[in-house]
Amino acid sequence: MLLRMTGIAKSFPGVRALDSVDFEVGEAEIHAFIGENGAGKSTLLKILSGALAPDGGAIHFGGKDVVFASPKDAQASGIVTIYQEFSLAPDMTVAENVFIGREPGSKLFVSRSRLEAQTLALARRIGLERSPRALVRDLSVAEQQLVEIARALSMKSRLIVMDEPTSALSRTEIEKLFAIIRSLKRDGITTIFVTHRLEEVFEICDRYTVLRDGKHVGHGTVAQASLDGIIRLMVGRELGLLTRREGTYATGEVALAAVGISRRRKSSDASAIELHGVSLAVHKGEILGIAGLVGAGRTETARAIMGADRVDSGRILVDDKPVTISSPRDAIRHGIGLVPEDRKQQALFLELAVRTNLSIASHDRISTLGIFISGSKEDALVEEYRKLLNIRMSSGDQIVGNLSGGNQQKVVLARWLALRPKVLIVDEPTRGIDVGAKVEVHNLLFQMAASGIAIIVVSSELPEILALSDRIVMMREGRVSGEISRVDATQERLMTLMTLGSRRAD
Amino acid sequence: MTEAVAKEAVPGDPDKGFDGFSFLARFAPLIFLLLLMTVFAVLEPRFVSSINLFNVMRQVSITGLLAIGMTFVILTAGIDLSVGSLLAFAGLVAAAVAKGGMQDRFTVGDAAIGYGWPLALLAAIGVGVAGGYLQGLAITKLRVPPFVVTLGGMSAFRGAALLFAAGGPISGFQPDFSWWGQGRILTVPVPVIIFLVAALAAHVVLRYMRYGRRVYAVGGNREAARLAGLNVNGIICSVYVIMGLFVGLGAFVLAARLNSAEAVAGTGYELTVIASVVIGGTSLFGGAGSIFGTVIGTILIGVLLNGLVLMNVSSYVQQIIIGVIIVLAVAFDTFAKSRRRKA
Repeated sequence: MLLRMTGIAKSFPGVRALDSVDFEVGEAEIHAFIGENGAGKSTLLKILSGALAPDGGAIHFGGKDVVFASPKDAQASGIVTIYQEFSLAPDMTVAENVFIGREPGSKLFVSRSRLEAQTLALARRIGLERSPRALVRDLSVAEQQLVEIARALSMKSRLIVMDEPTSALSRTEIEKLFAIIRSLKRDGITTIFVTHRLEEVFEICDRYTVLRDGKHVGHGTVAQASLDGIIRLMVGRELGLLTRREGTYATGEVALAAVGISRRRKSSDASAIELHGVSLAVHKGEILGIAGLVGAGRTETARAIMGADRVDSGRILVDDKPVTISSPRDAIRHGIGLVPEDRKQQALFLELAVRTNLSIASHDRISTLGIFISGSKEDALVEEYRKLLNIRMSSGDQIVGNLSGGNQQKVVLARWLALRPKVLIVDEPTRGIDVGAKVEVHNLLFQMAASGIAIIVVSSELPEILALSDRIVMMREGRVSGEISRVDATQERLMTLMTLGSRRAD
Repeated sequence: MTEAVAKEAVPGDPDKGFDGFSFLARFAPLIFLLLLMTVFAVLEPRFVSSINLFNVMRQVSITGLLAIGMTFVILTAGIDLSVGSLLAFAGLVAAAVAKGGMQDRFTVGDAAIGYGWPLALLAAIGVGVAGGYLQGLAITKLRVPPFVVTLGGMSAFRGAALLFAAGGPISGFQPDFSWWGQGRILTVPVPVIIFLVAALAAHVVLRYMRYGRRVYAVGGNREAARLAGLNVNGIICSVYVIMGLFVGLGAFVLAARLNSAEAVAGTGYELTVIASVVIGGTSLFGGAGSIFGTVIGTILIGVLLNGLVLMNVSSYVQQIIIGVIIVLAVAFDTFAKSRRRKA
């Protein structure tokens, strides 16, 4: 074995990310590392790359026990990680990026000729047909990835970790990448391949390891594995305390429809997620779930409907009438609200009071003479929603940053409820909040739907999607890849639709 | 990920009791001001005379007016370096209006022909607002950072002032103009009254008006403000217009006090003004601060300079002290912020 990680444990406040995980990878093998969103893959890889220190466990690499205090340590031992978001300096040349921090030359001066000659040799080896003097900014995503690989090779690595290397590539580019990974294997270099696309596992990998909820749940040889078997390992998360919506929901009128929403990547943002003609509709009183893996375009769809990001084409209809939405203000005017994915960065004014946070979008309801804020009306509004949502706070003047995550999320929900929306989009309704508050938030969403609001829920957690949704739309690679009613939905079926779509054409 | 450690606040429960640090952080400027005044009073008895205290207040009233406008700007995490230059330009235009043109500008005392102070005031505010609006547009439409836009403005408005003045001051206004800078109401200098009334008005806007809430929101979290449906660019542009309004008002009062306007007026004011706001506890990162703090910060700087003058400390040393205090005030703000984050 080239790498043996044993009993790796890591906890974050309130979350056990890794629970005594064992992970073994052999010499010159291509190893698939698989798991659902939030299974703990990234945490384990960060520990392997020295970016994060484990709470417990040991790493044995290349015949000796190692401890990585920093990414530099891991790189010195021969482990290089290539992240989805490249770590390249766009305004520097290919050669400068490959040897950044390790430029050949004397102590003070860089030898340009040696720098470029060595880069050229590496580039030839992996088929990068660009001058070492080209600016990284001018390269395609696939070429930038090759620069990352060249950098890894220049460090004489024995193990290269690639985190979802194919997610931004076209089919021909993927085939080229696979050829390179195979040729690295012939040179004795091991690759750990993190992917959500299970067909790629069968195409290129020798062995696999599956992680679920921070635990190692299975490993083996790909040749002896079946697709169903791997999917069964990935899912099967417990529903826990979550309960499904009671009763059957009767289809109402369409409250909101999105038709053919497309958004192309711009050269300035090479890792942006594209949308390809996304269409969906949500009815009054319905909870529509959008499921998909990270990068499938769920959040992008939500933001596109809200007018938070520009789109290249597509139409939005509210109550069957086409509307123009070019900013969140427009969306709000048409009765659409968005509880964004990242509460602290995108929704809350952390340093300001609960009252300010709660009432910011509904000043019309609490003003006098149109320009002043009426303290008493605002108090009444805060009190109304404190009761309705059971927000635990000392007073409306409490700083929102001092509330617990669950209560913060309730404040954000209250902000939108106060606007009496027709459609509410909730992106990751319970991320980072404890189980009790989770159940409370779910019940609130049920109540809101029962009152006639059309709700779109985006969640990375399949049990949550299953518990909340009347109907589920699956997304994959920026497209809607399937739709399923709550009666037919199981975690296995969802996972199959999320991970195996039609192949992307060039 | 802090949820699990964050304590649940229980309704009716006093918030974790008395937090000495946050109390200190909130009232630090006021405590520091009182401390400073005590020290000066002990070292130099002349300091506490009512004449001297009114003097201090009158001296700070111009920079105080600018600091009120600057509070709006800094609350949105912006900055305006052009205030001194724009002040000079607006003052010259107001003076020219008051004198009815440029031909009689050196005839001190004989100022019969002219358009009177109301039009002069309007002209000063007009120039200030126009200058602020231009800069606000450049910041929001051209997406140039405020620091750069107003650094450009600092140079451009000074140039405009020099061009307009063509080398000399414009002096000698009618008594009803000069009254706005030199007059008194019941022994209180008029500029001091203007400063305090303006501060009260700004306080009401920021605390009790919808607009004020939005200024805090945009400074507190721009992306959240946008997703909550606020017109973020409009609000950012507007704070530079408000800044311009206070520059115009300040220019008018300064010209009245000196009975003259000149192109080099207000040089270096940006530093004093920004220092007043920051020392008053308004965060350069936006979203936190108050007019009350700015008033205290303004007086604090005035007291400091006045006390140092009375104690015969050279003006060069004063500059060093002001510079050090700005850095310390921001360091304190950063420290307080990181403490709040951890709490």
